[in-house]
Amino acid sequence: MKLRRDVFQAIADPTRRVIISMVAVQAMTPGAIAEEFDFSRQTISKHIQILTECELLKQEQTGREIYYHLNPEKLKEIANFIEPYRKMWDERFDKLETIMKNQPNKA
Amino acid sequence: MEQKTKVVAEEGKQEIRISRVFELPLESLFKAYVNPEIVEHWMGTKVIKLESKKHGSYHFETTDPQGNKHGFNGTIHEFEPNQKITRTFEMENTTFPVQLEFLEFQEINENNSKLEMLIVFKSISDRDNLLKLPFAFGLNRAHNKLEELLSS
Repeated sequence: MKLRRDVFQAIADPTRRVIISMVAVQAMTPGAIAEEFDFSRQTISKHIQILTECELLKQEQTGREIYYHLNPEKLKEIANFIEPYRKMWDERFDKLETIMKNQPNKA
Repeated sequence: MEQKTKVVAEEGKQEIRISRVFELPLESLFKAYVNPEIVEHWMGTKVIKLESKKHGSYHFETTDPQGNKHGFNGTIHEFEPNQKITRTFEMENTTFPVQLEFLEFQEINENNSKLEMLIVFKSISDRDNLLKLPFAFGLNRAHNKLEELLSS
């Protein structure tokens, strides 16, 4: 059985978002992706693995090299989800709550 | 854990329902929608005009990280303090048609209150496009980050 990953968890990480936007431009080998970061190759492999497991990235063997490219269908699927919109309101309302709690004269 | 902010967007409907319980007295929650300085603070927008009354209108303006200004405006149709605000909402210079917003404020107890927001769109696809916006912004942020990384 395939491990199901939360796609939003996957894109919540800033490094993984950068990987997505890099691969969106052109298919890349894991080595080329790792070169763009100061992190260890292992760390980047882990990020790539997570993105692959949730099907945001697809592997393609070209000769000896493995290239990763973006799965636009999956990206489209995410775009339909409501969670980023809900988070936007949640953050806004949290701010409202904090500000009003710190108001000297409450009412 | 239960989420404090709930969003319901049923398939095939041209509306979004947002609800949120606040650890704030009702008056305090309502004030956050009326006092221009407070609105500026939590909405992260500049308040150019905010006339909280029937036949009143509002005009907000935000500046994005690139320095571009985005205007928002609307007309207030119903205004009942600590109870409800009915207003339109328009994003200027975009292809999004005007939305209709019904805001209802309720007291739960002395220290807690609830806001229920119903947003009605011109069409189902207009609603769906709006839902996609925050995700698109997230990707833009990723692109900006990428540029930073590449130029450093």
